[in-house]
Amino acid sequence: MTATKNILVIGGGVAGIQASLDLADKGINVYLVEREPSIGGIMALLDKTFPTNDCSICILAPKMNECFANPNIRILTNSELISLEGEAPDFRATIVKKARFVDEKKCTGCGDCTQKCPVKVPNKYNMNLDKRKAIYLPFPQSVPRIMTIDKERCLKFTKDKCGNCIKVCKAGAIDYEQNDEKIVLDVGAVIVASGFEIYNPSDMFEYGYGKYSNVKTAMEYERLICASGPTGGHLVVEPGGERPKRLGFIQCVGSRDLSRKNPYCSSVCCMHATKEAMLAKEHYDDIETYIFFLDLRAVGKNFQQYVDRAKKDYGIKYLRARPGRIMENEEKGTLTIWYDDLIDPHIQSIDVDMVVLCTALMPSSTAPKMGEILGIELDEYGFFCAKDPLANPVCSTKKGIFIAGYCAGPKDIPESVAEASGASARASEVIAQSGGGDVP
Amino acid sequence: MNSEQEQPRIGIFICHCGTNIGGFVDVPDVAEYAKTLPNVVHAEHNLYTCADDGLTSIKNAIKEHNLNRLIVASCTPRTHAPLFQHTCESAGLNPYLFEFVNIREHCSWVHMKEKEEATLKAKDLVRMGVARANLLQPQAEKKVDVIPKAVVIGGGVAGMSASLSLANQGFKTYLVEKRDQLGGMVRNYYKLTPTNIDAVELIENMASELKKCENIEMLMSSTVKDVEGYIGNFKVTVEGDTDKTLEVGTIIVATGAQEYKPDGLYEYGKDDRVVTTIELEKMMRGKELEGIDHVIMIQCVGSRGEAIPYCSRVCCMTAIKNAIYLKEEFGIGVNILHNEIRVYGDDYEALYRKAQEIGVHFNRFGENNKPNVINENGKLTVEMFNEGLSRVEEYPADLIVLSTPMVNIPEAEELSKMLKVPLGQDRFFFEAHVKLRPLDFATDGIYLCGTAHAPATIPEAIAQGYGAASRASIPLTRGYVQVEAITSYVDENKCRGCGKCVEVCEYKALELIKLDTGREVTRSNEVLCKGCGTCATTCCNGAISMKHFSSEQIISMIEAALTEPALVKPLTNGFKPNIIAFCCNWCSYAGADLAGVSRFQYPPNVRIIRVMCSGRIEPNFVFKAFEKGADGVLVTGCHIGDCHYISGNQKAEDRMNMVRNIVHMLGLEKDRFGLVWISASEGQKFAELMTDFISKIKELGPTPFSIKK
Ligand SMILES: Cc1cc2nc3c(=O)[nH]c(=O)nc-3n(C[C@H](O)[C@H](O)[C@H](O)COP(=O)(O)OP(=O)(O)OC[C@H]3O[C@@H](n4cnc5c(N)ncnc54)[C@H](O)[C@@H]3O)c2cc1C
Ligand code: SF4
Ligand code: SF4
Ligand code: SF4
Ligand code: SF4
Repeated sequence: MTATKNILVIGGGVAGIQASLDLADKGINVYLVEREPSIGGIMALLDKTFPTNDCSICILAPKMNECFANPNIRILTNSELISLEGEAPDFRATIVKKARFVDEKKCTGCGDCTQKCPVKVPNKYNMNLDKRKAIYLPFPQSVPRIMTIDKERCLKFTKDKCGNCIKVCKAGAIDYEQNDEKIVLDVGAVIVASGFEIYNPSDMFEYGYGKYSNVKTAMEYERLICASGPTGGHLVVEPGGERPKRLGFIQCVGSRDLSRKNPYCSSVCCMHATKEAMLAKEHYDDIETYIFFLDLRAVGKNFQQYVDRAKKDYGIKYLRARPGRIMENEEKGTLTIWYDDLIDPHIQSIDVDMVVLCTALMPSSTAPKMGEILGIELDEYGFFCAKDPLANPVCSTKKGIFIAGYCAGPKDIPESVAEASGASARASEVIAQSGGGDVP
Repeated sequence: MNSEQEQPRIGIFICHCGTNIGGFVDVPDVAEYAKTLPNVVHAEHNLYTCADDGLTSIKNAIKEHNLNRLIVASCTPRTHAPLFQHTCESAGLNPYLFEFVNIREHCSWVHMKEKEEATLKAKDLVRMGVARANLLQPQAEKKVDVIPKAVVIGGGVAGMSASLSLANQGFKTYLVEKRDQLGGMVRNYYKLTPTNIDAVELIENMASELKKCENIEMLMSSTVKDVEGYIGNFKVTVEGDTDKTLEVGTIIVATGAQEYKPDGLYEYGKDDRVVTTIELEKMMRGKELEGIDHVIMIQCVGSRGEAIPYCSRVCCMTAIKNAIYLKEEFGIGVNILHNEIRVYGDDYEALYRKAQEIGVHFNRFGENNKPNVINENGKLTVEMFNEGLSRVEEYPADLIVLSTPMVNIPEAEELSKMLKVPLGQDRFFFEAHVKLRPLDFATDGIYLCGTAHAPATIPEAIAQGYGAASRASIPLTRGYVQVEAITSYVDENKCRGCGKCVEVCEYKALELIKLDTGREVTRSNEVLCKGCGTCATTCCNGAISMKHFSSEQIISMIEAALTEPALVKPLTNGFKPNIIAFCCNWCSYAGADLAGVSRFQYPPNVRIIRVMCSGRIEPNFVFKAFEKGADGVLVTGCHIGDCHYISGNQKAEDRMNMVRNIVHMLGLEKDRFGLVWISASEGQKFAELMTDFISKIKELGPTPFSIKK
């Protein structure tokens, strides 16, 4: 049996990127399949990263570009796996690459089309906090730097009008006739790194998300505090547009919660709340920040020291408390957080201008379908499960298919990176077939 | 393009980095200023220079303006130089014609409250970069073959996994283990969650996998005694059952950790009914639990500030796991006294729920209100203020189990010196980049995994072991590495053949040869030379120059830093000292970067000049700085023993002691000159040092040279 020297990586977040680079650096051909028009995943949308407060896109962008520049990596964006046949090391994968109506070979990413497009659409990469055009680049550092037309909203498709972009595009890149493409790939192994979804807390009526405009999710907050986000890095209290003076973070929103199907701990939210509170302090010296938590899970390398600094040097207040309800104070425009203090056990309240809900991070809702296509199993929560969760992490329940990053269970960035390297090592073994030990 | 003869045409790109720089430095103003500097033909500023559009504009500008030098003023070369050098290459510019100016880690992030001063400093730094860029030369890199073998140091679960994967990828792998058995810490444990497998069975399964691999050679009861060489060609001397020198291309450190012994805490060591978690696991293995009906576990013993600052990640989960086994298999009741339960993720949180369901008691103490062990009349009791219930409670115990943290093994200290890789402030091995290179060291060809890096669970350590194998297999698979062209170069006309340089070179890269004329001169071997520059500093005839870090280039930066009165003029009344700090690439520069990412603030009076090693600092650089008006000069490098080039810093120390005396003879106070060691993990120390040094210089006031200006 001759092994194919190709590997399929599904998901272009930090885990998929790392896995691809490790393999490509060894001369293995990688197909990196990403559902969105750009690789980068969630990390591309974060402002800073704990526990160093490194700027997230600053450290990720070079890796994204490296993927793009590496001749051994073929990035397939707007793409999804629809079938996988065969066994390791002879899989045949079928990918559907959805039409973006822009010729990838011609578009230079100049942005002329975007300027002239009259249609404004909520921008999901900024958590719908601002608008993008119907022809767009997801975010400024997108890789590849190629426009995509949103067929659902583009006037050419909806009303057969406009056509501004085709008129202004000097590169002749616009192609309204472009079709979805089916791509068949022979691969020796597959690495799944399809990440996670963020819980929408609208159904937790007690916190008023969706009803009170100053109750945000942590992901929204990351975009707000980020310089390239919708407000250019400013926190604003609606409707006045002033900056908040007091900020409350609520932990475990939808996680560690049996009634909401996410009984597990999302692992990163205690730390990202700490980071986000620090960032608020860096932006506004005198802002007061309160973190309402149950157990503070500062377990990673240097995390405890980071939290200690947040308390001591930044003056962030941690309250061991369970918030039961948030109510808007219409005259004052503030939000009252009612909470059950676990140290001084009785109900208390505090007024803040903005609340950040640190919501559960969940397995992707499409994971079950992908599991079916790949023939691999999910655990009771919906994360892909390892063949042996103790002795054999990164190996899925099927030979030749590996799992890495958040799709295999809650994880922060360095853990995702380490695991992605781990998955690529094991996938390389499948291709090398030369050891003597059991090939995973 | 022949840049040696051509008039420099410099293009400069100044990055806002979102608001990371732009929020604290007036970037457009710096760009305007840059246009006024010698041979700058193009200057622009970008929101993110490293983004695709930034890189595209670099490429376009190189073509459009026919640039033969490129400068990016943004973050740090330690993470971003390869990206921009690559961009240069793809636009046909030799990557050595690229200059990096660090205005984020060394400027905007450390002067967040002084926009005006930070902007002035950024201009100074840009001016220094332009000065050096004018003198840059193209260089060619050499290719070196890689020995397709690896050594893994440590045979715990991480090291075993790394070895297995390397072997399965086809590489000869040596596994060096100091004990006579594989398995490390795990061998002491009872059973393991989540699969409830017996710990020794797990190890035996893994070991039998390894035995199937022909290309794994196990060196048991052996330790590493010496490491020489560099990526692709390491010589690792192993002592043990058989002494051996291994020739390998890459090295993986998987030396694990050990438990902290809580001597003096909670009656430990005084009463043998007080044990650590591992001691409990051993008791469970041996079924030595007769007469015990109730166990009290105390969490965070020694950790989270009690003796060491960090949280050890696994002890909450371990306590819960053991409580479940004690209860279910031995019928023993358990209370876990804790400040908070730090189980995370899916499996461990599920374990916590299960423990609660089967009746393990969890009692919470306050953060600064730890329990007390009372040992009276042969009875052990733990007294604790239960924070949840707001009252003091007493828990009688037949056995007290202390959950203590993992600490690095004592031998790590010596190993880190042998390998020239750093330990962090927590004494664990310190990786190249906390977020994106968790398994690499900054030194090429050496990797880490498992609890040598930080406390980790078994599956985490195993995944890291595979991950390190992936990283280590990259050069092995490629078969070659390109070595940096930062090497010594001997001008045979100036060399008098004294051989002093040959003596100082730790890498035997220099040798005396006889020319046809009969004259003896030194010749440098580019492949062996590591580029520290110690030889160049040693040669008193100026015969040795360093490619890419020439004396002229360094002096041009010193001069540029101090010769634009408009910028050094005090903003407010009072004395504003100018300080030059030389930082070595591996430790102190990285420490300065860490001060930046951590936002440790210090006054904006320091101008950092990067060199590869403190051994590169010629006395003349220091004198030049004072002569040109510096009020203070700092030479910084790795701690003694940590030098990336073995002993460059020791040689610097000798030389700089002499420099200090000469500085004094010149009529300057000794305190104006400092030599300090700062590791890559000492960001805080870097900031404090700068703050202290600057305030000391402020007290001393200006020097006669700087007043003249
Ligand atoms: C608000 C917030 C703040 C955080 N802050 C930090 C922090 O400061 N530090 C830190 O270490 N961690 C932080 N994290 C956690 C961090 O985001 C994750 O650890 C990390 O992003 C996981 O990387 P990943 O590659 O596994 O997943 P993702 O980043 O989710 O990437 C998965 C990729 O796969 C693609 N994909 C999904 N399904 C498919 C499919 N079927 N076909 C093709 N492609 C698919 C997705 O589009 C995406 O690009 C934070 C998380 C949140 C929500
Ligand atoms: S105008 Fe054309 S080339 Fe420019 S970004 Fe739009 S599609 Fe691409
Ligand atoms: S056709 Fe019109 S609406 Fe559609 S992308 Fe082009 S400009 Fe926008
Ligand atoms: S990490 Fe913290 S906030 Fe997130 S689910 Fe776990 S305990 Fe709750
Ligand atoms: S630069 Fe360092 S390694 Fe190179 S020859 Fe000189 S002393 Fe030896």
